Amino acid sequence: MLKDFFGKKVKVINLGIASFADDLRQQGVETIHTDWRPPAGGNKKIQALLDKVANWQNKVQNKKGAR
Amino acid sequence: MLIDIQQANASAIAAIQASQPVLKGIDTAIDVVPGMEKNLILHAGPPITWEKMSGPLRGAVMGALIYEGLAKTPEEAEKLAASDKIEYAPWHEHDGVGPMAGVGTASMPVWILEDQKSGRKTFCTLNEGLGKVLRYGAYSEEVITRLKWMETVLAPVLKAAIPLAPEINLKNMIAQALQMGDEVHNRNKAATSLLIRELAPAIVKTSFAETDKARVLEFMHSNDHFFLNLSMPAAKMMLQAAEWIEGSTIVTTMCRNGTDFGIRIAGLKDRWFTAPAQIVKGLLFPGFTEEDCNPDIGDSAITETCGLGGFSMAAAPAIVKFVGGTVNDAMNFTRKMYEITDGESQAFQIPNMEFRGSPLGINLLKVCEKNLLPQINTGIAHKKAGVGQVGAGLVNPPMKCFEDALEAYVEKYCKDE
Repeated sequence: MLKDFFGKKVKVINLGIASFADDLRQQGVETIHTDWRPPAGGNKKIQALLDKVANWQNKVQNKKGAR
Repeated sequence: MLIDIQQANASAIAAIQASQPVLKGIDTAIDVVPGMEKNLILHAGPPITWEKMSGPLRGAVMGALIYEGLAKTPEEAEKLAASDKIEYAPWHEHDGVGPMAGVGTASMPVWILEDQKSGRKTFCTLNEGLGKVLRYGAYSEEVITRLKWMETVLAPVLKAAIPLAPEINLKNMIAQALQMGDEVHNRNKAATSLLIRELAPAIVKTSFAETDKARVLEFMHSNDHFFLNLSMPAAKMMLQAAEWIEGSTIVTTMCRNGTDFGIRIAGLKDRWFTAPAQIVKGLLFPGFTEEDCNPDIGDSAITETCGLGGFSMAAAPAIVKFVGGTVNDAMNFTRKMYEITDGESQAFQIPNMEFRGSPLGINLLKVCEKNLLPQINTGIAHKKAGVGQVGAGLVNPPMKCFEDALEAYVEKYCKDE
């Protein structure tokens, strides 16, 4: 069905929800599943805190590099 | 501050890897545990007051007061426990750990472990077995009688036997047990057998009555979890080596008191980050339902913190018969934990993963970034005091502990970024 829609053989990379990949495989579609999740589970406050740590560490690495 | 987190974490993990816990002996808690007092009750998990304690922890406290002779009846014990005559503190703040309720008092015998490298010691009480036991909050006469036998027969026999046995390096013994299907949290069958193999000849050589020696051997033989109270202080000792390394985001403690889950971080000295403990999902003994279950309890998650337990479930496929899930789940739990750890254990290897080292050094930043929680397997206590164990299963810490720890870390190290 999927092949008819696209007019050629379809290969799929699935991100996130594994059952989407399972459904495609059941239809005979070649599928690779990637267990991807949004950083910090999409929690903006946590992401902002992680960004502060990353910024700090970038500065630390730059200072070390400048030595 | 010019701190390289990666370097700080590498130092923390190197310290954990270098620690060598050996069995030194057994003694009475009041004589060896730092800061122990006659009116002090040590417990599992982060700090807690009597008012906030769950049923099994209250039950264990009441039983301990009866065992110590400070109360004659459960009613008397309950009244005393709620008074200001009794003080409470986490085992973790006294260089020790306690499984489930984890209650430890002045007269209880404790295992003494010593780090060959630093000379630092850790402590844990002796394991009572499964079912109606103090650590699950039971305090009936049979529980107290068993504890008294452990104090007057089991501990003295083992204390006399240990110097007569070859030195027991617990890290090596745990490594060997992982090759034999244990993960030394909820499966300690191989490790207990290895311990008996080392101690049995020495027990026979002691001058105690034959009947006592036979009973000690029977008691150890009948309790597949006997080694748990050694794997836990061994893990505690290894992780203590990473306390407190400035800037490190490695988790050094995960524990629960039946009400709250608590974690501590190598770079955030002495600080607890707590949130309500979760309900454990798993296999219950016949006649019990989820309604009977107390929230997650015990210091035994120190094994996971050290790359054992749920982190090494791939080494112990048979454990799923006790905690639930499938063998494939057990493999996947271990695989997932590599995503949130910075290292791999040099000592603890997983045979059916081509002897890959177990995932070691939980990194707070990775837990938060990947939104992936540590996997713990554990026993389940009845929520009412005095009943005991009702099953075993799988559980995660609450994410809030890690989120709060991250916030505190940023506040301390890089708030102005």
